Amino acid sequence: MERTTLDLWVGMFVVAGIAALVMLAMKVGNLSTYNVSETYEVHAYFSNIGGLKPKASIKSAGVLVGRVTGITLDTERYEAKVMMSVDKRYQFPKDTFANILTSGLLGEQYIGLAPGGDEEMLKNGDQVKMTQSAVVLEDLISKFLYSKAEEPAK
Amino acid sequence: MPVAKTIRGIGRGSIDAVWRIGRATRFFFLILLYSGSSFRRFHLTIKELFSTGVMSLIIIVVAGLFVGMVLGLQGYETLKRYGSESALGVMVALGLVRELGPVVAALLFASRAGSAMTAEIGLMKATEQISAMEMMAVNPIARIVAPRFWAGVISMPLLAALFSAVGVFGGYFVGVMQIGVDEGSFWSQMQSAVDFREDIMNGVLKSFVFGTAVTVIALFEGYDAPPTAEGVSGATTRTVVTSSLVILMLDFILTAMMFGGK
Repeated sequence: MERTTLDLWVGMFVVAGIAALVMLAMKVGNLSTYNVSETYEVHAYFSNIGGLKPKASIKSAGVLVGRVTGITLDTERYEAKVMMSVDKRYQFPKDTFANILTSGLLGEQYIGLAPGGDEEMLKNGDQVKMTQSAVVLEDLISKFLYSKAEEPAK
Repeated sequence: MPVAKTIRGIGRGSIDAVWRIGRATRFFFLILLYSGSSFRRFHLTIKELFSTGVMSLIIIVVAGLFVGMVLGLQGYETLKRYGSESALGVMVALGLVRELGPVVAALLFASRAGSAMTAEIGLMKATEQISAMEMMAVNPIARIVAPRFWAGVISMPLLAALFSAVGVFGGYFVGVMQIGVDEGSFWSQMQSAVDFREDIMNGVLKSFVFGTAVTVIALFEGYDAPPTAEGVSGATTRTVVTSSLVILMLDFILTAMMFGGK
């Protein structure tokens, strides 16, 4: 008799611990947002990616459509090559435009896809040809300062 | 000659420490060698799971709740200055899952369950119950020590997970329900920032390592204690002090390996 109540308590403890782990995984972590749906891979070249990191989100019209899977420096053209995996449910035209955007003023960077008007769609392994690099704050400031200096004094 | 005496004392102390580390390592491998019976006769381990795991539940849950609530309050005060209160969920969850959950749960476990283990085994040794077992050809490591070891190793990750989960709700309670941070951004930013493998599984791994370290230290101190009332009390104190220091040291090493340099 004594042993069965003990078993019950220990069982409840183990169940509570595992439930806490599951709750952490689903509600706190991103396990529930890992899409099990199929994806296709595309890549794009950027002259400057700013602070973009692997696993950054890819959004179109604000909707999450994929993730950045890898970033490497292509030494033939000295540009950053960004590999992206996009959800198969979302098809984009061949002339889609890829921008590196920032969420908020100090937020993290993501890739925004703006679809073009081509009839053909991007396939696995294709390249997104039209890209726009990240906005680097220092460049902006120096441009602004130079243009100010060139202005004739009043 | 006080100088020579001091030097001699330091030397003896260091040699003794190395000696003890060696014995503790041999003890650890003996536990692993004789742990077959703690799975074959699983009710022994269940009994220890009750006294280490279930009995630590209340302190872990209450401490987790309050730590989460404090994180919510302090995090809000700091994040408010930068206008990013919506990142409160990220701060609370990452702080708990990566660091505070495993470390604080292990510290509480060391003082709640580890000290009890040391005192119990030390007293068994002082009252010659362990010698009596050896006399009856019962291996005390297989019968007494190994089930306690496995109970500690199993219950530590579960307790740390409970601590983190309850702490997140504590942060939610203070941040969302009391202060009024937006509930949607609290959860959604948390979910997009906390990675299952990188953060949650590394936290579980940490607590697993801490659980092993704390139980081995507690069991060794008890098994190695001088069989007197004074010896047992000294061993209990050493368990809490040594295992707390070892937890914090291991935490630094593990954090540097898991999250450092990225």
